[in-house]
Amino acid sequence: MKLTKTILASTALTAVASMASAEAHMANEMTIVSWGGAYSNSQQQAYHNPYMEMTGVEIINDESSAEAVAKLRAMNEAGNVTWDVVDVVASDAIRLCDEGLAMEIDPDEMLADAPDGTSAEDDFGDLLVSDCFIPQIVYSTTFGYRTDMVGDTPPTSVCAVFDTETYPGKRALEKRPINNMEWALLCDGVAKEDVYDVLETEEGQQQALDKLDTIKDDVIWWSAGADTPQLLADGEIVMGSTYNGRLFSLIEEQDQPVGMLWDAQVFDLDGWIIPAGLSDERKARALDYIKFATDTQRLADQAKYISYGPARKSSAPLVGKHAELGIEMAPHMPTDPENAKNTFLYNYEFWADYRDDIDAKFQAWLAQ
Amino acid sequence: MAALTPISRTPVSFYVPVVAAAGAFAGLFVGTAQGSGLLGIVVGAIAMGALAYVLTQIIKSETPSRWGTVVLLAVVGYFLGGLPAMVIGGIFGWLFAWFSFWLYEGRYRAKVPPYLTPMQVLWHFTFRVICGAILVFLITPILVVMPLSFNAENFFTFTPEMLRFDPAGYSLKHYRDFFSSSDWQNALRNSVMIAPVATLLSVSFGTLAAIGLSQPHVPFRRAIMAVLISPMIVPLIISAAGMYFFYSRIGLQGTYLGVVLAHAALGIPFVIITVTATLVGFDRSLTRAAANMGANPVTTFFRVQMPLILPGVISGGLFAFITSFDEVVVVLFVGSAGQKTLPWQMFTGLREQISPTILAVATILVIISICLLTTVELLRRRSERLRGMSPG
Repeated sequence: MKLTKTILASTALTAVASMASAEAHMANEMTIVSWGGAYSNSQQQAYHNPYMEMTGVEIINDESSAEAVAKLRAMNEAGNVTWDVVDVVASDAIRLCDEGLAMEIDPDEMLADAPDGTSAEDDFGDLLVSDCFIPQIVYSTTFGYRTDMVGDTPPTSVCAVFDTETYPGKRALEKRPINNMEWALLCDGVAKEDVYDVLETEEGQQQALDKLDTIKDDVIWWSAGADTPQLLADGEIVMGSTYNGRLFSLIEEQDQPVGMLWDAQVFDLDGWIIPAGLSDERKARALDYIKFATDTQRLADQAKYISYGPARKSSAPLVGKHAELGIEMAPHMPTDPENAKNTFLYNYEFWADYRDDIDAKFQAWLAQ
Repeated sequence: MAALTPISRTPVSFYVPVVAAAGAFAGLFVGTAQGSGLLGIVVGAIAMGALAYVLTQIIKSETPSRWGTVVLLAVVGYFLGGLPAMVIGGIFGWLFAWFSFWLYEGRYRAKVPPYLTPMQVLWHFTFRVICGAILVFLITPILVVMPLSFNAENFFTFTPEMLRFDPAGYSLKHYRDFFSSSDWQNALRNSVMIAPVATLLSVSFGTLAAIGLSQPHVPFRRAIMAVLISPMIVPLIISAAGMYFFYSRIGLQGTYLGVVLAHAALGIPFVIITVTATLVGFDRSLTRAAANMGANPVTTFFRVQMPLILPGVISGGLFAFITSFDEVVVVLFVGSAGQKTLPWQMFTGLREQISPTILAVATILVIISICLLTTVELLRRRSERLRGMSPG
C-alpha cells in the first residue's frame, strides 16, 4: 500500500513540477539553433553571452542546424514550432523561404545600420541572397594537406587533388556533387567562367563524373565537417576538403602539420532565419536578438573566435586578434586578398535548379 | 577433468605445417601493419614453421625454448616497432612456443574423449577458435575506445607518444572536460533526471500488466500482450515520428514529462517480458493460501507475490533504465534542447566535432552498463536458485 502511494505521489509531483517549471521558463527563454562545436562556441561568446547579460533572456542552444529543413517542416506540420532563431546555410534559407517556413525580413527596418549610417541593406550588399535570410558569415570550403606527406613541393593548385602521381595517398571529399563537380571540370581544362554552362549539359555532368572517376579509388567521402580534420590528424589522407574554420582550428589551435590550399575555394554564406508562425511575443524577441547579433561590432567580434569572414562590409576593418591565441585574424579570413586570388561563390541559382538531378546522378555514380 | 586419452608425440609432417599456418595468419596482421600483407603471410609461415621445428627437434627441452622464443620475438618486435611491438612480440613468442609443444607432445588430445575421430578433434578446437574470434570481434571496438579516451590530443588518434607508453601522451583532460563543461553536465543531469522516473513508470505499469496478463481469465491476452510489446518490435524511428506528432498536438512535445512518458513506453516491454518469465515459476497456490488466511489481494501482492517476483521486476527495471539512458532517436524527436540527454549530446558531438570527450563519456557509460548488467546477472542467478527451491 505504502509503496503504491509513494509511487503515485512522486510521479504526480514530478509531473506537476516539470510542467510548472516549463511554464515559468517559457516566458523569458529562446531556443537558438546552430551547428555546434567551435562555431556555436564563437556565437556563444560573441552574441549569446552579451545578449543574455544585457536583456536577461535565457538562450537555449540546440545543435540541429544540419537537419533544420526537415525539422522545421515537421514542426510546421505538427503546428508546434519550438525554435526561435535558426542558423542555416544560404541554400537552406532559400528553400525554407520558398516553402513559407521562414519569415520575410526587411533589412532596413529590422536590422541595425552601420556605425557610419550606411543602411543595413547596403552594408550587406549582394549577400542578401534571400528575402528571409540575414547573412552572418562568409565561409569557404577549401583543401588542407599534410605538410609532411607532400614532399618538397606543397600543392598550390586545386588540381593537385586529381594528381595522384605527384601526391599519392587518399583524399577526402564531401559526399555530395556540389563543389566537387566544379573542381573536377576546372581541372579537366574547362575555363572558370564556363564551368556552370558546361555543368548544365548532360555531357558536362558526365565529364565531371569521369574526371572524379579517375580518383574514385583514392577518395574517402565525408559528410560531417569534423571528418576531414580527424583524417588529416590521423595521417589517413594526404589532403581533404572541409570548411576553412575547421582547418584554421586544426593548424593554429591543435598545432597539426597541415597546410591550407586556398586555390579555388568556394565561398558560401551562413546566417539566420526566423521560423514563420511564431507568436507576436516570440517574434518580437527573435527580431530583437537578430538586430543585436548582426550589428557591425557583433559580427566583427565573432571573428575573434573563428576564422570566418563577417558578412557586413563595415565589420571588416574591425576584425582584430584571436581571443586566446592573440594572432591577427585578418590573414586567416577566406576573404583576405592574399587567399582570395582564385575563388568561386556558391551558385545558388544553378544548384537550386539542378541539385536534385545532379544529386541523383552523383549518388548513382558513387554506388557503381 | 583428468586426461581421458593417452597421448603420444606427433610426427613433424603434422605439427610443423599447422604451426606454419598459424604463423601465416599472425603474419597477415603483422605484415599489413608493416606495409605488405602478402609478404607477412610468407615470412610468418616460414619463420613459425622453422621455429617449431628447431624448438622440438633441436633444442627439445621445453622451458628454455619457451623463454627463448619470448625473448627472441620481443627483440624482433622491438626493432620492427619499438616498445609496444616488443610487448606484442613477447606475447606472440609465448603463444607460438606453447602452441608448438602443445601439438608436438600431442597434448591437444588429452582432454577430448578417446573415441573422437581426427576430424571431430579438429572441429572441437575450430569451434572454440570461432567462438573466441566472435568474442574478440564484439569486444575490440569497446577496448579501443578506452585507451583513446586518455589521449592528450584532441583527436581519435593513437599518437606516437601513446604508443611509446610515454606518460606525456596520456592525460585526463577529456574527463576533466566532461566534468567541467556545462553542456555535458546539463546532459548528464537531464539523463539522470529522466531515466529513473521513466524506469519507475515502466516498472509500475509493466509489473501490473504482466500480473494481469498472467491471469487465465483475462480475454484477448495474446493480442494485448502484442500491443504492449510492440514498442520493442516497431522500428524506433517510426515510434519516434508518431510520438512527435501525437505529443505536439497535446502539448507534451519538448517537455520533461513528454520525454519521460516516451521512455517509459519504450521500457515497459522489457519489464513485461522479465516479470512474465518470473511469474511462470510462481506458485498460484501461495496466493490462494494467503486469501484463505484473510489477506486481501493488495496485501497478498505486496507480502507474498512481490517478494518472490522481485528479481524479475528489478532486472526488467534495469533494462528499462538502460533503454532510457542510452536512447537517442526518440529523445531527438520528442525532446527539445532543454531535455538534451547524454546520448543526444554524444550524437551531436560526433557529428559536429569529433572530440575524445565523447570517448571519455563512452568509457564512463560502459563501466556503468557493466555494473548494471552484472547486477542483472546476479539477480537472475538468484531467481533461478529460488525457482529451483520453490515447489511445483
